[in-house]
Amino acid sequence: MAPYESAQRTAGDEDRPTGRRRVARYAVPAAVAGVAAATIGLVPALADSGDPDLPKITAQQLIEKVAASDQQQISGNVKISTDLGLPSLADAAASFAPKGGDGDGGSAAAPDQKLMELVTGTHTLRVAADGPQKQKLSILDDAAEYSIIRNGSDVWAYDSKSDEAFHAEDGHAGKAPEQDRGMHEGVPATPKELADEILKAADETTSVTVDGTASVAGRDAYQLLVEPKGTGSTVGSIRIAVDAENGVPLKFTLSPSSGGKPVVDAGFTKVDFAKPAASTFEFKPGKGTKVTEADELERKAPKELKEPKGPLGELPFGQPGGDKNGKNGKNGKGGAKVIGKGWSSVAVIDSGAKGGVPSSGSGSGSGSGSGELPPEAGKLLDSFGDKVTGKFGSGTVFSTRLVNALMTDDGKVYIGAVDKATLVKAANSQK
Amino acid sequence: MSPGDITTERPPPRVAATLGLLRSELGLTFRRLRTFALLGVLAAIPVLIGGVVRIETGGDPSAGSGSGGGADGGGPAFMAQISNNGLFLVFTALAATLPFFLPLTVGVVAGDAIAGEASAGTLRYLLVAPAGRTRLLLVKYASTLAFCLAATLTVAVSGLVTGALLFPVGDLTTISGTRIDYSEGLWRALLIALAVALSLVGFAALGLFVSTLTSSGIAAMAGTVGLLVTVQILTTIPQLDAVHPYLFSHHWLSFADLMREPVLWENLYANLRLQGFYALLFGSAAWARFAGKDISA
Repeated sequence: MAPYESAQRTAGDEDRPTGRRRVARYAVPAAVAGVAAATIGLVPALADSGDPDLPKITAQQLIEKVAASDQQQISGNVKISTDLGLPSLADAAASFAPKGGDGDGGSAAAPDQKLMELVTGTHTLRVAADGPQKQKLSILDDAAEYSIIRNGSDVWAYDSKSDEAFHAEDGHAGKAPEQDRGMHEGVPATPKELADEILKAADETTSVTVDGTASVAGRDAYQLLVEPKGTGSTVGSIRIAVDAENGVPLKFTLSPSSGGKPVVDAGFTKVDFAKPAASTFEFKPGKGTKVTEADELERKAPKELKEPKGPLGELPFGQPGGDKNGKNGKNGKGGAKVIGKGWSSVAVIDSGAKGGVPSSGSGSGSGSGSGELPPEAGKLLDSFGDKVTGKFGSGTVFSTRLVNALMTDDGKVYIGAVDKATLVKAANSQK
Repeated sequence: MSPGDITTERPPPRVAATLGLLRSELGLTFRRLRTFALLGVLAAIPVLIGGVVRIETGGDPSAGSGSGGGADGGGPAFMAQISNNGLFLVFTALAATLPFFLPLTVGVVAGDAIAGEASAGTLRYLLVAPAGRTRLLLVKYASTLAFCLAATLTVAVSGLVTGALLFPVGDLTTISGTRIDYSEGLWRALLIALAVALSLVGFAALGLFVSTLTSSGIAAMAGTVGLLVTVQILTTIPQLDAVHPYLFSHHWLSFADLMREPVLWENLYANLRLQGFYALLFGSAAWARFAGKDISA
């Protein structure tokens, strides 16, 4: 401001400013506006640029680095963007699953309810870990936070928005098995867990290469590029940025073969490998905080009501491993069978629902009201569905950007991270 | 942009003159009945919120979380915790007033700063004094910022007192689930009040700019408040995602990040940066407009 002071003073006191000077003054706000717009708009883009120079390394060496990584202490912020192509899966799922959160006997702090939110949109997570006994994962929300804290044998979940807490003793099998598993692995829901899943799947069907370097959260990292070799998979490529120093995966990006935005993009925006403060893992519910015990919740909710939540509830944790959905289906539930190999494998589940999609108007014909799903869920399925026919008969295909499922009219479900044609082929091969 | 930057380079007599001008402006702002009325309304809001929560929970802390109004995500932030700890009333009151009430009062004061003088016919007398237009503008902005701070502290103090009277106080749970003691909580409350006051810096500059555009005090206030309402509506439209980072209210809720453990500074810094840009942009625009303006009233 100082250089303009003298010019201004004369203007203010006696001289009428000339038109030119008047215009020249507006150059100041215009320049400020330009700088501001550039700074706000471009800073994130600039932060990503500048790949560090690192010594060349083979994919094998890089994977070993990851495997050998023994980083027990970590804390940082993780940003997860998920775009499965379902505008509001969380809402949709809520209409399938009984609302434990709002209904009687439920708790807003029950993990499986909250973690569902991670399936869509962009979220900021905070993770902290100190050895296998202490972990914390927080989902950051506007002026609220949802935290899962594991400290020794106690697992706490705290929802600050409703001021409700959820408590489970370790080894309690009934609740949220996903995150118990995740937490035992040392670093919960970090890119490490995701990377492990991917590396396990690597075999002759997969090409694994090192694809340059990147800077993630201020750390130098190698980029591991994983691509399916065959056709038919909806997975285009998976990129994992691995810290060059200690081998901790820092960023995970899953791009669909159809192109466009990544389906899952999860990475540290800030990471620190120092020991987190012990108080981070301490949780004591305040007076007045409503605490729900895991056993209590289990008892209140009738078994069969909880069933539909199973497969969906499992999805969100470590959800970034989008292809896990397919894999889970494959290994998991009773009666599942796997057709094919590698990336284009398809899981077959006999749902036993004879009428196929219990829908009214999807044209799947035999929607003879098998009544397994509430009507609104049926309607919802209709809107996603896409009727197909083949040697196997006819059925409905539900598509997302990553996982497709074919529900045949005789009650079989074919599900996999494969395109529609591969699903139909798999169904035909069963006849 | 602050008056301090300029006064440090000036010989003492000018410092004294600027300080004198600032003192008279502050006196003018804070002695007005209107200012007291605005602050009174702000002070009443925490009392209202506290009263409602108290009546609803019957003063029983354990009845709090279930029926505290915010349990199912409704109501302003921190609502559910009020009945357990009165200190949360400060945060809730700030969260409730920040979107509209606080900027509304700031808009009134900022919008009136120049245009009010013009419409009252006193602006030209102010300019007769050898103060210079730039310094007059800076002093007006400084007194508007003083009002931002006073307004925020009014809400905070009223919330603190009401909360302490109606609800138990003591150790509190951060939104990350960790516990902090009451003195730490008070410290955070002060930081939060400052963060909220700083959130208004950009909007105050915008109001000042609008104020230089017209010679009608009412028009300037209405224009400023109209801009506020427009921006707050724009923030609710998801299709305008790309525009949101440029709106002055984009990071307003970041003050709540001070209640995380450890504190998440990124959004707070982003807010300060955004407010700084707004202050520079509209401050310089106000200067460009005001320095070359024909003052006829």
